[in-house]
Amino acid sequence: MNYRTFLIKYAEIGLKGKNRYVFEDALVKQINRALKRCEGSFDVKRTEGRVTIDVTSEDYDFDETIAALQTVFGITGICPVVVVDKVPYAELSKEVVKYFDEVYPDKNKTFKVFARRAHKDYEMDSMELNKELGHDILEAFPELTVDVHHPEIQITVEVRNVIYIYSEILPGPGGMPLGTNGKAMLLLSGGIDSPVAGYMIAKRGVVIDAVYFHAPPYTSERAKQKVVDLAKLISKYTGPIRLHVINFTDIQLAIYEKCPHEELTIIMRRYMMKIAEDLAKANDCQALVTGESLGQVASQTIHALGVTNEVCTLPVFRPLIGFDKQDIIDISEKINTFETSILPFEDCCTIFVAKHPVTKPNLEIIKRHEESLNDNIDELYKKAIESDEVISIW
Amino acid sequence: MEIYLDNSATTRAFPEVAEKVAKVMTEDYGNPSSMHMKGVDAEKYIKEAKSIFAGILKVNEKEIFFTSGGTESDNLAIIGSAFANQRAGKHIITSKIEHPAVLESMKYLESQGFEVTYLGTNNEGVVEPEELKKALRDDTILVSIMHTNNEIGSLQKISDIGVIIKEHNKNTLFHVDAVQGFGKAKILPKKMNIDMLSISSHKIHGPKGVGVLYIAEKTKIHNISFGGGQQGNMRSGTENVPGIAGMALAAKMIYAKLDEECEKLYSLKVRFIEEATKIPDVTVNGPKGKEGAPHIVSLSFAGVRAEVLLHALEDKGIYVSSGSACATNHPEISKTLRAIDLDKSLWDSTIRFSFSVFTTEEEIDETVKALNDIIPTLRKYARR
Repeated sequence: MNYRTFLIKYAEIGLKGKNRYVFEDALVKQINRALKRCEGSFDVKRTEGRVTIDVTSEDYDFDETIAALQTVFGITGICPVVVVDKVPYAELSKEVVKYFDEVYPDKNKTFKVFARRAHKDYEMDSMELNKELGHDILEAFPELTVDVHHPEIQITVEVRNVIYIYSEILPGPGGMPLGTNGKAMLLLSGGIDSPVAGYMIAKRGVVIDAVYFHAPPYTSERAKQKVVDLAKLISKYTGPIRLHVINFTDIQLAIYEKCPHEELTIIMRRYMMKIAEDLAKANDCQALVTGESLGQVASQTIHALGVTNEVCTLPVFRPLIGFDKQDIIDISEKINTFETSILPFEDCCTIFVAKHPVTKPNLEIIKRHEESLNDNIDELYKKAIESDEVISIW
Repeated sequence: MEIYLDNSATTRAFPEVAEKVAKVMTEDYGNPSSMHMKGVDAEKYIKEAKSIFAGILKVNEKEIFFTSGGTESDNLAIIGSAFANQRAGKHIITSKIEHPAVLESMKYLESQGFEVTYLGTNNEGVVEPEELKKALRDDTILVSIMHTNNEIGSLQKISDIGVIIKEHNKNTLFHVDAVQGFGKAKILPKKMNIDMLSISSHKIHGPKGVGVLYIAEKTKIHNISFGGGQQGNMRSGTENVPGIAGMALAAKMIYAKLDEECEKLYSLKVRFIEEATKIPDVTVNGPKGKEGAPHIVSLSFAGVRAEVLLHALEDKGIYVSSGSACATNHPEISKTLRAIDLDKSLWDSTIRFSFSVFTTEEEIDETVKALNDIIPTLRKYARR
């Protein structure tokens, strides 16, 4: 079947009352952005409380188009539809039978017809349509059985200013359209977790900026390139990302030199959060996002998270907080970041790590130990902020 | 400023070579198998290249075969000759410090029922010919030993080994991986009892993706790729004419001034070792003078992580390798460093500096200066 039109289903947007048009406009915009990657040209329309996509070019690639739409947050389902003019019943029936035959070559199935008549001027109402169409299909293909409760195939026939015929609903990613829920700063490392965290927050309609802490010569250009590659992979879902690369070496060395070794990671994390928050505020972000998961490593115990969190005033979103590692890996495989994440380049979190880092840090003690940084930390901090190199990823 | 001291990984092409490659690609782009003039013109480059390599190695032109590089040459020599001779025996000898192109071929042959003996080395990275003598058996069909080790620059006693093999059994084949040695030494297969010799273009300022396999006439060897039957069916596939032409020119240029350039490289090596080892706790792996390769210096820096030092040097525009370059994608312990019995704590603290005809004394001095700057700082922040 050569489909020329797609009906887009969305769920939560429908709940948004008077703001609905904002969400729908954002959805249309994101669909257009995703379709730019695809062969062919398309017309995306908002009509009668739904979004439809018409293929306007001669050629297009069905699979590629579906894959692109499946990256658009807000879409819950994509229905490839056949559109016919509002023709009299006799003709409509022929079209439906033809559709059935083409889409389902194997007729050993159960089915039902689900008709909706949104435009009441059509000659038959939905009950009559269900009955008559069911009858006509059954007559054409006697091997079929009707099952109104759990059919294998449900043919939907929607009568509007045109008539839509469809039966397949391909799943979309769900969530809400990008740009409908503000902007957040993601702490992006080269690991498995942070790209997934970024994906999950973006799925709630949030635009993402990211920050990566680079520690040359302890971390390599390849480690940085890996983060750029990860940002590129998630940008397929999140849209363009501005990636801030901060040179963190001097702060890290100062901590290493002056603070107790087993507190290195926690103090380092506090400085990372502080820098991330400054960048967030300077770039109109309303929250921070991290890939932390409770208890995964020493710096992610409930005590450590409390101590890290203490430096921030913005809300810190940790969408993976209750996830097991395997759950996170499953998502990273789904969004195609896993293979890049496991490339073996050291990031600045692993480089000086202590054999036995503290798991129950005490805020007062950490703060006291941080005081030993006082003689030049402000200067180092300023230098780090100034080192901000912005890489635009789209 | 850029100081490129990673010439054992790859080299910068001679400008003349690049020009030649471009000319062949845009003007004499014919397929050497075509019957028309364009094909004949292309074929001329192949003939010329064969004659250049035959001249350098003092062998016959028909014993020169072109491949996609060192790896393919090694694969074809080892796997092709092992299968062709398996009725005479299934035992092969090689060393523990060979390039992965050799070692992985051996692994494959082991999976196919061959038995492989891996010779160790002394602590300078040299295979003792006596060890080889002991390992030779009646069913040994092939010995594969590299000319120059790619990580520490040790030179193998190829002439001695050749004699020992042929005294034991003249039908036992001798393959030499000369990817690092070609262009830095005179290698004469006929005099050294070498039956097969692998050469790579991009290590001698030629283009990447092309190499040579010398196969002595009458050597029993099967092809391992299948297709249009080019190069006497030994290596099917349209010849990489621009690559071959460029590689031949590079070889010709290198061998025109071989002795002179090697002298220069040795003096750079000696100077570098002398200065660099003034830094405390810096040790040299492998031969320090002319008993080793002229262009490779392997140094261990106690208390410094190689990867960090590499990036710190990079920051100053100096490009080097940690351990062996080919292994950076899968950081495992270098087999060579293990074979020379290097202290475990230094495995991850070893850097390879490799020179070329483009390397200057100033660059060496600049590098020593950089090391003097960097090493104390890095040691201060060593992993506790």
